Amino acid sequence: MGDLANIFIKSAFIENLALSYFLGMCSFLAVSKSVKTAFGLGIAVIFVQSITIPVNWFINYVILSENGIFGIDLTFLRFILFISTIAAMVQLVEMVVEKYSPSLYNSLGIFLPLITVNCAILGGSLFMVSKEYNFSQSLSFGIGGGFGWFVAIVAIAAIREKMRYSNVPAPLRGLGMAFILTGMMGMAFMSLMGIDLTSFGK
Amino acid sequence: MAEILEKKAPAIEFGKEERKLLTDPLNSNNPITVQILGVCSALAVTTLMNKALVMAIAVTVVTAMSNAVTSMLRNSIPKQVRMIVQLIIAATLVTIVELTLKAVNYPIYKELSVFIGLIITNCIVMGRLEAYAMANRPWRSFLDGIGNGLGYGIILIVVAFFRELLGKGSVFGFLVIGNTSDYLINTTSSPWLSWYANNNLMVLFPSAMFVIGIVIWAHRAWNKSLVDIS
Repeated sequence: MGDLANIFIKSAFIENLALSYFLGMCSFLAVSKSVKTAFGLGIAVIFVQSITIPVNWFINYVILSENGIFGIDLTFLRFILFISTIAAMVQLVEMVVEKYSPSLYNSLGIFLPLITVNCAILGGSLFMVSKEYNFSQSLSFGIGGGFGWFVAIVAIAAIREKMRYSNVPAPLRGLGMAFILTGMMGMAFMSLMGIDLTSFGK
Repeated sequence: MAEILEKKAPAIEFGKEERKLLTDPLNSNNPITVQILGVCSALAVTTLMNKALVMAIAVTVVTAMSNAVTSMLRNSIPKQVRMIVQLIIAATLVTIVELTLKAVNYPIYKELSVFIGLIITNCIVMGRLEAYAMANRPWRSFLDGIGNGLGYGIILIVVAFFRELLGKGSVFGFLVIGNTSDYLINTTSSPWLSWYANNNLMVLFPSAMFVIGIVIWAHRAWNKSLVDIS
């Protein structure tokens, strides 16, 4: 159990997908204008991430690996199967959001289907493969990674809402400032990489 | 039926509208600095200029071809499964580009292999498919893809130029300003080249954010219509 909590904290803060690996930047910068929409997208990412990573774990170890049901190494199909799973899940989320929250659907606009190509989702699945997690660990990693991305986008949205009252040079206002802020937040998160979680358990 | 009707219109023409499709993404509708598409890969491949150049060409090819193919199929794709169809088209084209690059220039393929695969998840491809190709004819969609690929490439080259120059002191791999410590070891190199200490921050991810932020600043200072007034 402590192992799972460690993976959660590590994936959410120390190896934050948005601010340490800079994955999923397109939607991160475009949808962080207000805390409300950022919150909605963050929740959608947590949902998609925590479903697709375990499903992709299943695909990777039960269907594609040499010890799986086909008994042959099919890992060259990894990209196309992972992306299909993700696309199917995002399509599902899109239909649900369109039905139950049309206002959120309109404010997210093109960035809802773009969760499919949010590098953080595919990147999370590929990290899960390269770190050789088992099923429960990959579930914890999925929720943690999604949560870290959620924290990052809500944080930058809050800063950008406050930035509206600052005297920024006109051409730098909005997007330009968002890029520079993200760079600074990334530098701040680099300092978290020094934390050694194994020493807490002892 | 819809496809039969479309054939009556001239398939390939190049007028004012078409020229606009090519030039708009270079300036007022740039994929990176205005539409915010394809930022992740712009951060990853801009440490070296030749990486950025090959990536820009690959993205241009994939965007143009996938736009054209999706636009041809757009009337027969059901709305509920459109994303899966679009991604499979993009993934097929990326595989073609990847295998071509492997055959033509193996060293660069070795250096870029992961990022070429990640063109599938490059937002430019998917963003243009959703925003343009699903509603327009093949020839125009093709031009739109080329224009967006070029707009992406220009920013990539500019960012890579500054990051490589300040981080490694070179341009396209040729040493322009040498490192001071190199001069101390090899005093035969010309001293005026060796006054600079390489800035390692420029090789890390946050510096790409800063450089793109400054590029946006310069771009908007020059093109006032893009200034964010909200």
